Amino acid sequence: MGANAARAAAEICGTKPMETEFTPWTALAGGALIGSAAVLLLAVHGRILGATGILGGLFRLGDAADWTLRAAVIAGMATGPLVHLLATGERPVLDQPVPTWAVALGGLIVGVGVSYGGGCTSGHGVCGLARLSRRSMVATASFMASAVLTVFLIRHGV
Amino acid sequence: MRLLSAFAIGLVFGLGITVSGMINPAKVLNFFDIAGTWDPSLAFVMAGALAVAIPGYRMVLRSPAPRMEDRFQLPDMRVIDRRLVLGSATFGLGWGIAGFCPGGALPALGTGAFDVHVFVAALVAGMFIARWLRSRTLVATRPL
Repeated sequence: MGANAARAAAEICGTKPMETEFTPWTALAGGALIGSAAVLLLAVHGRILGATGILGGLFRLGDAADWTLRAAVIAGMATGPLVHLLATGERPVLDQPVPTWAVALGGLIVGVGVSYGGGCTSGHGVCGLARLSRRSMVATASFMASAVLTVFLIRHGV
Repeated sequence: MRLLSAFAIGLVFGLGITVSGMINPAKVLNFFDIAGTWDPSLAFVMAGALAVAIPGYRMVLRSPAPRMEDRFQLPDMRVIDRRLVLGSATFGLGWGIAGFCPGGALPALGTGAFDVHVFVAALVAGMFIARWLRSRTLVATRPL
């Protein structure tokens, strides 16, 4: 009964759980690349590699050198899937179990949250934890717990 | 040279997100779905990133300045307040609904998927709403 109820609840909320394969090795390798990028950005440009901070600064005009640097980092990020395709011949899998309206709603909430929280998974979760920042530890615990609770309520609650 | 370096570093990050599978919202959401179709991969991504970044940051911060700038730009906030905790919890709520976080979505823009563009547009709108709300509360509490 539990599984059926969860499925019904998930359908009402527009979410259908999709199985994904546990991939520890590619996860570790990809993580190491993310960590390397964070170290390089600090070593070369003296900055924290936080997606929220880099994107947010794009909408504060005035310093042209700062703006172009941020735009270059973001352009590089968005080129990742293309280079991955050229190197491996594989398109990255991108399954969205959530309808577009929920993506828009979630995006809006994320935008408000990361602004007040001062960072997201990359800024707090990688760079902040790497600096052993207490703020980032609290932020990471908060957004992880909140995301787990949210998904639980959407998929298994109601 | 400066921009080329920034582009290349962004590319390494984008490749990391792609290789790790964190470009895929289904995989990210399954990390949070401990009671259902759980996929612990995201924990391994974080572990891989920190295994490099913790020693890497230590080494880098021993030097007096970064290679191409005069100084390191590090956050100097120390205070743990409601804004940090509740803001982050709000982020987690949105992340759990949409399956994208900012760091996953920016590389995913390169796939051309429609939903990613919707997410990033909404994300930027949310950032502007927060900026507007904050400017209002600042005016209310600290009249100049």
